[in-house]
Amino acid sequence: MASTRETFLDPLVNNNPITLQVLGICSALAVTTKMEVALVMSVAVIAVLTLSNFFISVIRNWIPSNIRIIVQLTIIASLVIVTDQILKAYFYDVARQLTVFIGLIITNCIIMGRAEAFAMQNGPWESIVDGIGNGLGYSLILMIVGFVRELFGSGRVFGVPVLTTVSDGGWYVPNGLLVLSPGAFFIIGMLIWGLRTWKRDQTEVD
Amino acid sequence: MQRNATYVLGFAAAVCVVCAVVVSTAAVALKDLQDANLSAYREQNVLEAAGFSQPGEPLVGQELAAAVARLDASVIDLATGDIDPDIDVSTFDQRRASTDPGSSHRVDANRARVMRVPNNALVYEVRDEAGALEMVVLPIEGKGLWSTLYGFVALDADLSTVRGLTYYEQKETAGLGGEVDNPRWKALWPGRQAFDAAGGMVLQVVKGQAGPVDQAPHEVDGISGATITSRSVTYMLQFWLGDTGFGPYLDRLREEVN
Repeated sequence: MASTRETFLDPLVNNNPITLQVLGICSALAVTTKMEVALVMSVAVIAVLTLSNFFISVIRNWIPSNIRIIVQLTIIASLVIVTDQILKAYFYDVARQLTVFIGLIITNCIIMGRAEAFAMQNGPWESIVDGIGNGLGYSLILMIVGFVRELFGSGRVFGVPVLTTVSDGGWYVPNGLLVLSPGAFFIIGMLIWGLRTWKRDQTEVD
Repeated sequence: MQRNATYVLGFAAAVCVVCAVVVSTAAVALKDLQDANLSAYREQNVLEAAGFSQPGEPLVGQELAAAVARLDASVIDLATGDIDPDIDVSTFDQRRASTDPGSSHRVDANRARVMRVPNNALVYEVRDEAGALEMVVLPIEGKGLWSTLYGFVALDADLSTVRGLTYYEQKETAGLGGEVDNPRWKALWPGRQAFDAAGGMVLQVVKGQAGPVDQAPHEVDGISGATITSRSVTYMLQFWLGDTGFGPYLDRLREEVN
């Protein structure tokens, strides 16, 4: 049994859900054109992941194994809907930009993956730690990708102009590729490449 | 672990009930806040189109109240252009009206790709103390590349000079078509003429640069990398400022002004 510390830190780099397990790619492409949006998405995923891990862990000994997947999904879906409602009520501007992607947290493989692989076997406290850890691992990649895309795609960081673009009367010609989804693919690809060059043991054996 | 069928069904039912209660509580408790957000945002866009506020700098407090007080909202009958006194302005939902077969009608295929037009529309008039028309703000909508764009266009008292154009809801490509939200692009609109001397709706978004207002009164710069979205802006202006949209209403106002 891994220590609580490892449960928390492992998903950040060594066992990152995006770069090692290659889960949650869809939303990582969709919400990373601006850092602000990526940050809210990260917080939402951390909240949903932590709570779903907690609730599933609490009732894990009562869940009949033949309907466990649908029970997990019901809990996750409810948490996502509540999150979406809260965002629309209190963070309207950001919720507008996130559009359907909050709802699509339901389909984020990371959340179900952690419920099935961790929360079903471990106690509530470890599950909370695992949820926060994996959520942070996801967020870390989201923020890196968001930073690159926003800086070079629109010359901004968190909406604050850093490189003055030509359309605002400056010198920087934004790289249009980066604001499109394929741009995120390239960045994530390079991150995975870089990480696996640094940590050889993450490379998959053919 | 293996359980008997009664337990499984009971467990599933319990999970459903608990989740349903949580979700519906959240939805009901937050509905008022959400509705308030949406209408506040829409209102800010009306004010921005009318030129009362600058893009990205929403009005607050007394300034907001003063600007809102200048807007005279009314629900009109699109076919005749007359104000429909039977419909309550505060509860009229144009988006809902345009999907309800009872309060909307299908229209022929058009380039703005509008499928249904509501029988009634919510418009905002701005008048001076003497009651003379200063400008009018009209809702517009149409399909872009990925999404339906919803926005407002404000026309001066001559019912041709554009005061402003805004979009409050669109899901075009961020950085390309999404630039319809760019304050610098929106700043190109005020002063352009929607109609020519013969009364035809000629304002259009062109490819490349159109030039300043006095040289190109009927043209606006295209958004580079967003040909389809740019074109759809032209099409939806043609649709809504023409006879298919607010034509009768604008004709009625022209008679009133002259």
